[in-house]
Amino acid sequence: MIEASNIFIQQGNFELNDLSFTIDTGQYACLIGQTGTGKTTILEAICGLKPLQKGKFILDGKDISTLKPAERKVGFVPQDGALFETMTVAENIAFALKIRKWSKADRQKRAQELADLLSISHLLDRMPTHLSGGEKQRVALGRALSFYPSVICLDEPMSALDDKTKMNLYNLIGNIRKELTITALHITHNIEEVEYLADKVLHLQNGHLKSYTKEAFLEKKDELIFSSEQNSSNGMISEA
Amino acid sequence: MTNKGPSDHFKSRSDIPFYLIMGVVGSVYVVLIVAMILADLTYTSGNHLLGAMRSEEIQYAIKLSLFSCSVTMVLSVIVATPIGYALAKFDFPGKKILDAIIDIPIILPPLVIGLSLLILFQTPPGRFIEEYIPITYAIPSIILAQFMVACAFAVRTMAVTFSRINDRQEQVALTLGSNRGQAFWYVIMPQAREGLLTAASLAWARALGEFGPILIFSGATRMKTEVLSTTVFLEMSVGNIEAAVAVSLLMIGAGFLILMIIRLMGNRDKIKDDRVL
Repeated sequence: MIEASNIFIQQGNFELNDLSFTIDTGQYACLIGQTGTGKTTILEAICGLKPLQKGKFILDGKDISTLKPAERKVGFVPQDGALFETMTVAENIAFALKIRKWSKADRQKRAQELADLLSISHLLDRMPTHLSGGEKQRVALGRALSFYPSVICLDEPMSALDDKTKMNLYNLIGNIRKELTITALHITHNIEEVEYLADKVLHLQNGHLKSYTKEAFLEKKDELIFSSEQNSSNGMISEA
Repeated sequence: MTNKGPSDHFKSRSDIPFYLIMGVVGSVYVVLIVAMILADLTYTSGNHLLGAMRSEEIQYAIKLSLFSCSVTMVLSVIVATPIGYALAKFDFPGKKILDAIIDIPIILPPLVIGLSLLILFQTPPGRFIEEYIPITYAIPSIILAQFMVACAFAVRTMAVTFSRINDRQEQVALTLGSNRGQAFWYVIMPQAREGLLTAASLAWARALGEFGPILIFSGATRMKTEVLSTTVFLEMSVGNIEAAVAVSLLMIGAGFLILMIIRLMGNRDKIKDDRVL
């Protein structure tokens, strides 16, 4: 479970003030909001890549707000995958385990296990440069899951994918959730991703964050998205 | 009503003038370089080259050049890596000043660098160092004079190399359990390999061509502080143009060889990557 309580993040002229939310263990939350509202900033703060000025992140009962990224046990899947270009797919997936000094045999076993789960076994010896967008995201997901994180954060992982690849990934994430307990925060601005993946929706608008169940959000989506667009065109979003 | 407009008869003009102009303008410089080398070649003969190679002084200069350039190259890359990384990845107070300081050795006339080094080692701290390690007019002065200029070029190359590497990869490595050092060595440095080789080759070649600071700071004593650039100067000053040209050609050949080897080493990795498929 991850709990954000009254967090305040400032970066230059941009600030997010007094945001709170909870994602229960095993829940898949989609963080939705217009471009430039600070979705990625929240996710980076959870991962420890941006400092919090105020507030706390509690992960499974432990305050992680001041811990280094390495100590937070948060898996991160960035927008473009950001795979390590000089390592093979297998080395990418097992990187966190190498840092944790797992034996080579154990690393290989875990990489194979995740590759089977993500249907990328045939790619294990390949270099990331030549992979397709969907393949890259599967590898990035495998790499983020490798060290059994308490929560994974996905930053618009499907924004550059075609419809068919997206559908495959929806199914894949669905299958993974049957096998593993994943607590996830998934940034998107795509309603379809919410429909397929979310248990819960966090809607960021004008610097305010509201939580909805998927059903409640989808019911109100036209109203919420319309008001968000109108406010941003009136300059209401708190970004400089 | 027809949909025909003026564009129906439009025909794109030929690309030939564009390529022709680009080709002619670009080739002027390349032709000039090749012409210079050819002119050198016509001014010398196999006998001159062999004669130069047999000379004990020139053999010493070749060995000292190879040694000093290699040490300078290694030192430059070691020093340029942290400075280039800091310039590319961090914002800190005084960054612009640091950036400008790095350029000083590039913009200063080489003689001024030699003179400044000479003066530096006349100051009390400089003299203190000289008491333990003789620098001025000795071999360390050659390496230091070469390093001062070569390192600036290596820093510029490394800064560009690091700035091209996506920050996200380093951040992901941190979330996966790495500390800063591990993220740097496992994720950033392997990607900087090609830039590192370019920085190394630039530093080596720059060191080979260094003359002004060496002349002032190290002197031009045969069998002591004579490097190949000094040899050219010494042979010229006694009117032995043929030997000067022969040594110049040796330097051109060595410089070209090193640059080609390092570029091929960079390409080898790319070929390896493709072969995995």
